[in-house]
Amino acid sequence: MNKLPKHYDVIIIGGGATGAGTARDCALRGLKVLLIERFDFTAGATGRNHGLLHSGARYAVTDPESATECIKENMILRNIARHCVEDTGGLFITLPEDDLAYQKLFIEKCREAGISAEAIDPELARRIEPAVNPELIGAVKVPDGAVDPFRLTTANIIDARRHGADVITYHEVMRFIKSGNRIEGLVMRDVHTGQETEAYGSVVVNAAGIWGHLVAKKAGVDINMFPAKGSLLIFGHRVNNTVINRCRKPANADILVPGDTISLIGTTSDRVSFDEIDNMEVTPEEVDILIREGEKLSPRLATTRILRAYAGVRPLVASDDDPSGRSISRGIVCLDHAKRDGLEGFITITGGKLMTYRLMAEWATDMVCAKLGMDKAKCVTATTPLPGSEKPVEENAPESSHPSRQHIIELPTEQLAAEGRHGTLTEEIRWQNPGDDALVCECEQVSVGEVEFAIDKLNVHNLINLRRRTRLGMGTCQGQLCACRAAGLLDKADHCAERSLSDLCSFVSERWKGMYPVAWGDTVSEIQFTQWIYSGVAGLDEFLRDRDTEHLLH
Amino acid sequence: MKFDTVIIGGGLSGLTAGIELARAGRKTAIVSAGQSALHFSSGSMELLGYDAQGAPVEHPLEAVEALPDNHPYKLLGRERMEQLLARVEPLFSATGVKVSGTHERNHWRLTPVGEVKPAWLTIEDYLTLDTPDALPWKHVAVVNIEGFLDFFPRFLARGIERRHTTCHFASVTCDAIRHQRESTTEMRATNIARVVHGESVDQLAAALNAVVPEAEAILMPAVTGFDDFRASRRLRSLVKRPLYFMTTMGTSVPGVRSQIMMQKHFRQLGGAYMLGDTVVKGGYNADGTRLLNVETANFGSDRLEADHFIFAAGSFFSHGLNSTPTGVFEPVLGLDVEAPADRNLWFQKDIFKPQPYMRFGLATDRAMHAKKGGKVIDNIHVVGASLPGADALREGSGAGIALLTALDAADKILNRNINS
Repeated sequence: MNKLPKHYDVIIIGGGATGAGTARDCALRGLKVLLIERFDFTAGATGRNHGLLHSGARYAVTDPESATECIKENMILRNIARHCVEDTGGLFITLPEDDLAYQKLFIEKCREAGISAEAIDPELARRIEPAVNPELIGAVKVPDGAVDPFRLTTANIIDARRHGADVITYHEVMRFIKSGNRIEGLVMRDVHTGQETEAYGSVVVNAAGIWGHLVAKKAGVDINMFPAKGSLLIFGHRVNNTVINRCRKPANADILVPGDTISLIGTTSDRVSFDEIDNMEVTPEEVDILIREGEKLSPRLATTRILRAYAGVRPLVASDDDPSGRSISRGIVCLDHAKRDGLEGFITITGGKLMTYRLMAEWATDMVCAKLGMDKAKCVTATTPLPGSEKPVEENAPESSHPSRQHIIELPTEQLAAEGRHGTLTEEIRWQNPGDDALVCECEQVSVGEVEFAIDKLNVHNLINLRRRTRLGMGTCQGQLCACRAAGLLDKADHCAERSLSDLCSFVSERWKGMYPVAWGDTVSEIQFTQWIYSGVAGLDEFLRDRDTEHLLH
Repeated sequence: MKFDTVIIGGGLSGLTAGIELARAGRKTAIVSAGQSALHFSSGSMELLGYDAQGAPVEHPLEAVEALPDNHPYKLLGRERMEQLLARVEPLFSATGVKVSGTHERNHWRLTPVGEVKPAWLTIEDYLTLDTPDALPWKHVAVVNIEGFLDFFPRFLARGIERRHTTCHFASVTCDAIRHQRESTTEMRATNIARVVHGESVDQLAAALNAVVPEAEAILMPAVTGFDDFRASRRLRSLVKRPLYFMTTMGTSVPGVRSQIMMQKHFRQLGGAYMLGDTVVKGGYNADGTRLLNVETANFGSDRLEADHFIFAAGSFFSHGLNSTPTGVFEPVLGLDVEAPADRNLWFQKDIFKPQPYMRFGLATDRAMHAKKGGKVIDNIHVVGASLPGADALREGSGAGIALLTALDAADKILNRNINS
């Protein structure tokens, strides 16, 4: 059994947006921080949602508290995470089958929550967003946007590390080390080697999303959580430039969000069992619902290629006085297990949504500080820009002053793409040597320099990590030729051809997992090409012969 | 426009049939959208590499018997296959593509990740192995082109060192490639092959002669000879040790070159090669039993009329087949397909396991004539990857099916006595 040498003030479990945000907040307040993650950052619900920068309008009628939180965090993220956010604006449209009377209530409730909501003429809506269903009879403009959850989480991790936090991925919590009614540390296991390591800290924060239910059980406390599966589809190009929502009570597949080079439609919502949460699959029925409802937002979806389908699991929490789970909160849940269960040194932060990750982190950190007797340490995350977003927004906006526009024109596309992804961190990417700018992934313009930067600086151990940090393989071809190129670059750093090839097989398998629920038309042609190249020409099928392929998706 | 035969698809099977027909003096047109599976060739062609259990096959013809009844090889029959096989090597010779190998016994190729696969015919300057378990040298140099990302010396070395040959690494370049490297997207195999000729070949040869003195042979990525063999042959003659080309990932130089050389040969024989055009629909006779003409995107209402048509448009990858959520269809002539409508039956979740969709194709009679609305159309001959019943990838049978069914279709059109 190994033992980490430091005694931490706080150990955070979970590398999603909430865990990363909490690590950053704690580190900024001067705490000694350890964050551990079972697989990769953003591997859970953080990386499996719309990437919608909610204005809060969606919740204005049904959940005013969430709506208010959303609009506040929306404004904060535009400021502190500008390289992760795109100000697309949003429309809530009323279709002939919807009740136009709802619009009045909607606008009223938005305004009460502090969300600017302006009814506009359907003709204007069609001009703002040519992809919108032209049959619309009403439209309301709201400050929705798009947010990249991968970049957002990575930026939080980078800042936490800059402020002294230790971060360990691919380690799972096995059990807690207790002394009486106090948690003093935990035992984690390297998911690849099985090696166990002890880590000690004053407070443990459970920020493991839906898996937090299982983590709490290991600590000996019960949280009544319900996994709710949400499925989404990714379309092959940016169908719309403005977020399109339905102006009615929230329902299935009623949000269409543009993000980088693609558009996303979602979601469905279904309770699932805890057995399923590690291996979500999108069913043909879900695909049919998403397409049917999505086409009502934008008829163009009918003729747009679907790249892939994926599903995330929302951590819904039943209130403590109702164990049946009938009264579910979608709001933030921050539990002090000392008060609730008599277990000292353990906190759970859950519920909430990607939009409110920073606020969740703030609440959790406030509670950690209170436990450590550090009530004076104030939260600064609402005003301190994340790494990559240090420059004010205006400096890089295309419509701004002359010199920066020149900058946009002069930079080659791969550098512009990198800057879009990493903001000011792009300065750390090497461009000067021959071949640094050579493209690895052409769909997403990812260069050799950017891949090497991600390997050096962004906790990249495999191709799936690399995809989440750089968008490599996320474009139209889904990693057709770039996966192998990137595997070669990773192998240069890792020097184990066996592992690199196994990783390549995992990457190809993972891409297929998202493709087969929507495999028709060009997707079949694409997958036949993939098989031809990777099995036929390269011989990865031979590489896998007699090997266990069960592990490929982790 | 009137032809004896119009061939839809300009890949390996379309070109093979075209060359046979043009050589017999028939007025033949090939309509080709451009890219085909040939462009992603490994440098080797396979007749039958694996049996139904996925075990490698040593003698391809002996394994034909165990194939499913609707497999194209079963429709041809072993005797007919042997007649056709005798014509393949001369066909390539005539186009200027030199291949080695025999249908009597498979040889082996080393894949880009260091695995071995059985092969039937391999381009002359590629490395082949007689047995799967050894290379004929103690030391080899795996030499990459500087900055070339589609070749993986260390992955390849896995396969070499497992066969008890020591692997040394080096990289080389020349002025033309250095210049090429200034672009972010030009370091691809075919783009390099376009600029490596003349002085560049001398520079590369000099650099190769200087690497790893103890290596008995040099293996390098196939990045020379875009449209003929001159650069590759000269490089091999200037390098003082045995030099072999290895498969790269991405667009394949030997694949593109083979297509260009076959295309040239077809044109020299008087064939009309309509590159960058696609068939958009067909015109049938009144009772729908004969195809009279096809309309193409470029010629529009000036339809291509013919007595015979060869459907060589490939499978899904080449858009010979297409699908919607509710079924598989043939997109241009509305021909019948052999595939279940339920999309849940098309795939397996493990991408590296055999996929049912690979066996989908056009419905045919046992003479491989297409069907439409259940009726046989005896002037449409289906060839190559458009035929159902084979999983070319799993069996290692793609090139063999393409070549043999194309030659067979040409014979039927020429009314050759197939038993003579």
